Amino acid sequence: MSEHGSLRDEAGPYFGEYGGRFVPESLIAALDELDAAYTSAKVDPVFQEELAELHRTYTGRPSIITEVPRFGEHAGGARIILKREDLNHTGSHKINNVIGQALIARRLGKTRLIAETGAGQHGVATATAAALFGMECVVYMGEVDTERQALNVARMRLLGATVIPVKTGSRTLKDAINDALRDWVANVENTHYLLGTVAGPHPFPVMVRDFHKIIGEEARAQVLELTGALPDAVTACVGGGSNAMGIFHAFLDDASVALYGYEAAGEGHLTEKHAATITRGRPGVLHGARSYLLQDEDGQTIESHSISAGLDYPGVGPEHAWLADIGRAKYLPITDDEAMQALRLLSLTEGIIPAIESAHALAGTIKLGKELGPDATILVNLSGRGDKDMETAGKYFDILDAEALAAEDVAEIDGAER
Amino acid sequence: MIAERTAAGSGALIGYLPVGFPDLQTSIDAAVALGENGVDVIELGLPYSDPVMDGTVIQKATQQALANGFRLRHGFEAVAAITARIDIPVLVMTYWNPVIQFGVDRFADELVDAGGAGLITPDLVPDEAAEWLAASDRTELDRVFLAAPSSTDVRLRQAVERSRGFVYAVSTMGITGARSDVDSAARSLVGRLRTAGATSTCVGLGISTPEQVAEVLDYADGAIVGSLLVNALAEGGVPAVARAAAHLATGK
Repeated sequence: MSEHGSLRDEAGPYFGEYGGRFVPESLIAALDELDAAYTSAKVDPVFQEELAELHRTYTGRPSIITEVPRFGEHAGGARIILKREDLNHTGSHKINNVIGQALIARRLGKTRLIAETGAGQHGVATATAAALFGMECVVYMGEVDTERQALNVARMRLLGATVIPVKTGSRTLKDAINDALRDWVANVENTHYLLGTVAGPHPFPVMVRDFHKIIGEEARAQVLELTGALPDAVTACVGGGSNAMGIFHAFLDDASVALYGYEAAGEGHLTEKHAATITRGRPGVLHGARSYLLQDEDGQTIESHSISAGLDYPGVGPEHAWLADIGRAKYLPITDDEAMQALRLLSLTEGIIPAIESAHALAGTIKLGKELGPDATILVNLSGRGDKDMETAGKYFDILDAEALAAEDVAEIDGAER
Repeated sequence: MIAERTAAGSGALIGYLPVGFPDLQTSIDAAVALGENGVDVIELGLPYSDPVMDGTVIQKATQQALANGFRLRHGFEAVAAITARIDIPVLVMTYWNPVIQFGVDRFADELVDAGGAGLITPDLVPDEAAEWLAASDRTELDRVFLAAPSSTDVRLRQAVERSRGFVYAVSTMGITGARSDVDSAARSLVGRLRTAGATSTCVGLGISTPEQVAEVLDYADGAIVGSLLVNALAEGGVPAVARAAAHLATGK
């Protein structure tokens, strides 16, 4: 469908002018080793069977699809179908990539997994795989995020991981990645850096995409079986972009299927508080790859803002940058409030509480459904469940227990008086 | 300069300090103090928001410089001010994104105008450096690529062929910061680089004492010291940097 032949065959290290390897020389050998191991595993039936077996018996794949007509009434009457990655073990799509990379790490003889995490979902998934495979696990998490997501810190510790609060820079996800890279440089002999999204130096963007492309492959067949046709559009939220690449990939060559990625616009993509990297950023190099990023005139990274910790990242995967430039996928901003309203709407109409990340995809789908009308079918990647977001949602909608709220108020007054 | 030192049999002492820490003027004075106290080449770091090759001492300093309003143009101002006051090569150490955003050619031209000698690029490997190779060839700026103990022989040859000025041999698998021992990996890496054709190799990461400098200069063409000097500047200002540099250079 293009001069590239199939859009599904992109194997890196570059996607158009994006991607590559902008890392210290010390890491090149490890990236080469990883690339070689992944390239051989990809065509090794033993590896593929191991992975498939774990997905069947541990991850809980295939994940189902759920049609949501009551929600669809609010989306122009369009036929809305959710791909239920929220039902995976550990509560999101993240486990697909983590299990795959942990198997690769084991093949390489690595005994220690390190990871970065924002909200804690990828950290929890990595800690889970480390427990399953009997590996040591260290998770880097911005100090700000360890405070915001104390429960996920406890989950990781319960799973046997060491959580290191990162106190440098903005003390959030991007700095956690910096510290994980520093750890990897120093400990590359026994350590695998289990990067959690389709960003970073080659081979991470292709490898992570490949471990998630099962989402789209399953969903494409499931939608065909349910409706007898391909969907008119596929939607997903985009932070680093792993769940979006996962569901987009199977549809890249289906010219009739429109692809929409929804970025976190925070308080509005025209304000200074957003994480709308493709909408507002420009190409540059961050965390080992060339892609769009939020940066000032001098190329210093700008801090992103989103109510959703999982989308609160100033970069985006290079394959998305390329898909945006060639026009194959569209990337649009969704504000905190639009996402939160969509989160509540899906909860009220369908009894499914989505993660705030995934709620960005739902909010975009509501707008898209109104554009496309009742004849359209839209497949949405419901990338995660909302359990982790209950404190944020409770506060946002002011629905926390009244007595607890009163107690908090008293504590605040006491605090102020002291 | 490094070739001169090697020919004289002494080897070069290279001192790192970041621009804008604790403020622009003091960072200029401190760099000049390095040159006046036995340092042969200055490595001037440009603060960057995501310095993955740096340990806590340099991270803290560059973060403070950014918080104080460091802008890229201050880097060129600092190079010009230092080279106006002392006759010493000033290499700029910078992560790659600021250079891309400034424009690789424009960056090279302004660095030449300021009197800079070239660039050390910690997160740019020769494989990704086509634009910089062209710009540095055009302007005759030095370009220093890194070599690591984990680099294959093929990659070491590439680093040697692509570098001009010297090759930066990373003494250990890790990031910047003082260490009690400079890894024996450094000696073996320098040997491998010589086999790969290197005529000028400087060793960095973890060097912080005159003894370590002497040990490294026994087998390499230069020794690079950073965190110790940054610490001295943080704790005792320009006089402390001057003393630390003199101590490294003379052992006294």
